[in-house]
Amino acid sequence: MNIQIMPAPQVTPQVTPTATLLRVLGLISAICGLIIVGSYEITLPAANANRRLALERAVFKVMPAAKSIAEYIALPAGGIQPVEGGESPVGAVKFFAAYDADKKLVGVAAEGGAKGYADTVRIMYGYDPDCQCIVGIGVVSMRETPGIGDKIITDKSFLANFTALDVKLNAELAALANDVKAVKHGTKSNPWQIDAIAGATITSRAVGKAINDSAQNLLPKLVPNLDKIRSKS
Amino acid sequence: MSAATANNFEELMQGIWRENPTFVMVLGMCPTLAVTVSAMNALTMGVATALVLIASCGLVSMMRNIIPKEVRIATYIVIIATFVTAVDYAIQAISLALYDALGAFIQLIVVNCIILGRAEAHASKAPPMPAMINAVGMGVGFTIGLLSLGVVREILGAGTLFGVSLFGANFQPWVVMVLPPGGFFVLGSWLLFFAWNERRKQVRGEMQNA
Repeated sequence: MNIQIMPAPQVTPQVTPTATLLRVLGLISAICGLIIVGSYEITLPAANANRRLALERAVFKVMPAAKSIAEYIALPAGGIQPVEGGESPVGAVKFFAAYDADKKLVGVAAEGGAKGYADTVRIMYGYDPDCQCIVGIGVVSMRETPGIGDKIITDKSFLANFTALDVKLNAELAALANDVKAVKHGTKSNPWQIDAIAGATITSRAVGKAINDSAQNLLPKLVPNLDKIRSKS
Repeated sequence: MSAATANNFEELMQGIWRENPTFVMVLGMCPTLAVTVSAMNALTMGVATALVLIASCGLVSMMRNIIPKEVRIATYIVIIATFVTAVDYAIQAISLALYDALGAFIQLIVVNCIILGRAEAHASKAPPMPAMINAVGMGVGFTIGLLSLGVVREILGAGTLFGVSLFGANFQPWVVMVLPPGGFFVLGSWLLFFAWNERRKQVRGEMQNA
């Protein structure tokens, strides 16, 4: 065999020196970093104001008598304290004390969440310490099917469940006397039951579970300490 | 009209009509199908994408001579991600409701192939001015694409347009239109329309030639 192998034409690839690569990448990263930090600093006040406004609106919706709110946390070991910026301890439950124009406590609002049909249904509920009941709910976020699951915002007979939903604590103040639970449409017989929407049972159950889980956690810590937040300081 | 303005106009119209990213190039289908449940969502998404597109094409074009070929894709992605982050902050500052409605799709603009495609195919070879004009066209074209889905889906699926009720209380919404399948139905109908339009033009051209 006598095959002449032609030498491949010499290609000299243009290689950028490492130093140039580093310099250019460093320059571009610096520019990008400046843009990100700059836009963060510029938009932060407006974004925070938006968040506070959305929160207040959600609380006022479940506590129509409220005029101002204060943020508190209930500590896992019992006891409550106002939120003072920074990180809250692990396992602490956040809630909002709502006050009327005379700075008297009208109720407490807290968030709860449970798995619905599509995603977690997050709700805000208003607790009235005088009747020991839930007096209103609002949806914080959900991705339920439009026209079916999202009836929990609009269905009047469903929302009527939350004019006086019983969440009394048991004698030891350790848990709710009765679990809050959504029952099949038309079978509600006790004040702690939620009459589910026909055709949207899963979403209705999620609302019940969200309230139950959150109230079971929060109320035993909150109720013994209610006197601390009776009036706004 | 001078040659330069004619050229700029060509650059602009390329994205809006002849190479419309949604209906002709069929790029960026993920946000197109996912966020167009209402006209407002579609408009916000379109404008957000357009802003990222214009800003990153501008920067890529300005830097085109110093970006080494070996790392160009990585550099483009860093630049695009920067502007997506900035737009993300801006939307949070403008409206939380919109921000929640669009969810992760704002951040996902980073991987929208229209933007990387434009940076690689056009901005990396053109001076800043034409690159940005081309990006404006593409951005407007994409926004039009999203809006033509969002408007149809909102009217049929909710009976409203930009949140304003159109048909009164007796309208029974065609709910499937705001669910994911509705996105495919409406997109399919639009693509059918554009394909039919294209074919009609071809047939007419053939008949004239004959």
